[in-house]
Amino acid sequence: MMTAGEKLRIARMNHRPGGVDYIKKLIDSPIELHGDRRFGDDPAIVGGIGMLNGIPVTYITTDKGADLSERIERNFGCPKPEGYRKAMRLMRQAEKFQRPVICFVDTQGAWCGADAEERGQGEAIAESILGMMGLKTPVITILTGEGGSGGALALAAADRVYMLENAIYSVISPEGCASILWKDSSRVNDAAEALHITAQDMKELGVADGVIAEDFENFDAMCANIRDILTSELAKLTRVSGELLAQGRYERFRKFGIFEK
Amino acid sequence: MLDSLKQKILGIVTPQTVTCPSCKKEFQSKEMKAASYICPQCGKYLRVGARDRIAMTVDKGSFKELAADLSSKDFLNFPGYADKLTAAKESVGENDAVICGVCSIGGIRAAIFVMDPRFIMASMGSVVGEKITRLFELATKKKLPVIGFTASGGARMQEGIISLMQMAKVSGAVGKHSDAGLLYITVLTDPTTGGVTASFAMQGDIILAEPGALVGFAGRRVVEQTTGTALPENFQRAEFLLKHGFVDSIVSRDKMVETLTNLLRCHGVKIS
Repeated sequence: MMTAGEKLRIARMNHRPGGVDYIKKLIDSPIELHGDRRFGDDPAIVGGIGMLNGIPVTYITTDKGADLSERIERNFGCPKPEGYRKAMRLMRQAEKFQRPVICFVDTQGAWCGADAEERGQGEAIAESILGMMGLKTPVITILTGEGGSGGALALAAADRVYMLENAIYSVISPEGCASILWKDSSRVNDAAEALHITAQDMKELGVADGVIAEDFENFDAMCANIRDILTSELAKLTRVSGELLAQGRYERFRKFGIFEK
Repeated sequence: MLDSLKQKILGIVTPQTVTCPSCKKEFQSKEMKAASYICPQCGKYLRVGARDRIAMTVDKGSFKELAADLSSKDFLNFPGYADKLTAAKESVGENDAVICGVCSIGGIRAAIFVMDPRFIMASMGSVVGEKITRLFELATKKKLPVIGFTASGGARMQEGIISLMQMAKVSGAVGKHSDAGLLYITVLTDPTTGGVTASFAMQGDIILAEPGALVGFAGRRVVEQTTGTALPENFQRAEFLLKHGFVDSIVSRDKMVETLTNLLRCHGVKIS
């Protein structure tokens, strides 16, 4: 069994496929749609319309960039407020045309720069979560690498949440946690363990509905499996009315909480 | 006299003096409380505990608390959490970081939640999320407006991913309340950050803030480290948010009840 610290390092490896790689494999004739219609276009989030196994869908993905110049262009996959606002614009559009939404998330978190604060990073994420919770069309999220806190949840308030087997999902970066707890950011492994961040932890806690096997050597086969999972989930979800979908999503998240009376 | 008796019997220690964090002058606790926790010397807004905030805001005798008995659980065996909870409960005298209930303000019925920054920095775990969710569910059922005084260091990392899920849970309840055509007013108080800013603090129909309150998503130090530049003094203060369009109005403490009452009146809430 791998430790949480080892999983964390694997989830962050540069050679993992990026969000755009999944879109290329899974979505036929994708048309990328840009911009939030408010401020700008955030390259850290890519979204558009295309066909998934014959079903028109809206796809939204974070992307860290494949090489250094692309990484800089995409801000290492850390979205800014305009990224979340673009995502919400595309989700509303999907809702209008009754298209399902498929999200792929791999981000260390929302961008923590002064520019993001000025443009309301908190408000953008809050609106995204609120919007997703009430969305009257199916939405499925797959966490493919790092699920970094609110910046990941902003694209993961979904009907179904899947994780790749070495993906992680965490309320705070293990480094940040270690520095708060022990004033020592090098105790990453201990913090990762304490936080319970692995896909297997998420399955156990009910945060993830399923864990998807990774096989990057056979990426085509791996994506065929993802396509099958998405297709079978959509077959179920597209039969449900928008109102009932939102109600089901509410119940899905309503149950999270462990406390004493 | 009564305080010392209480101390002897219950072992509760009430600090007798408060030092202004800005001008460093020391005041009697009673004097500071009578001044609504605004420093009588320099005018600095001090942080207010949830009980005091409720007393300052609602009509006398109108507050009925809900879900007061919920308390947090160290379900991940997280290092130090159990001790931290015990210490916070003892020093603050509350079960967790938010107090919820039904009250009237200026004679108008409303649901209210107030977060308490003294309790583990009002971080949001299962209990905070559950209590606020239940309050919104009740308010939706009873057709009541919700007034929320926010303060928080963010999600409670000691509860791992479950604390993050509270953001979605509360947001879902806010959405249902909103869909029912009901009013939600948030009052951002010092400090409102992290996961609370990135969820229900910023979901109000009307967003008010106290003067000088720190409100942001990322912590100031994190932003400085990320960008490698020093930030202006007013960065992430209520006035900064107002300028950038994220706050409807900054309301001084002495005008808060009047402002809330007027806003409630403007939303067709009947005077009871």
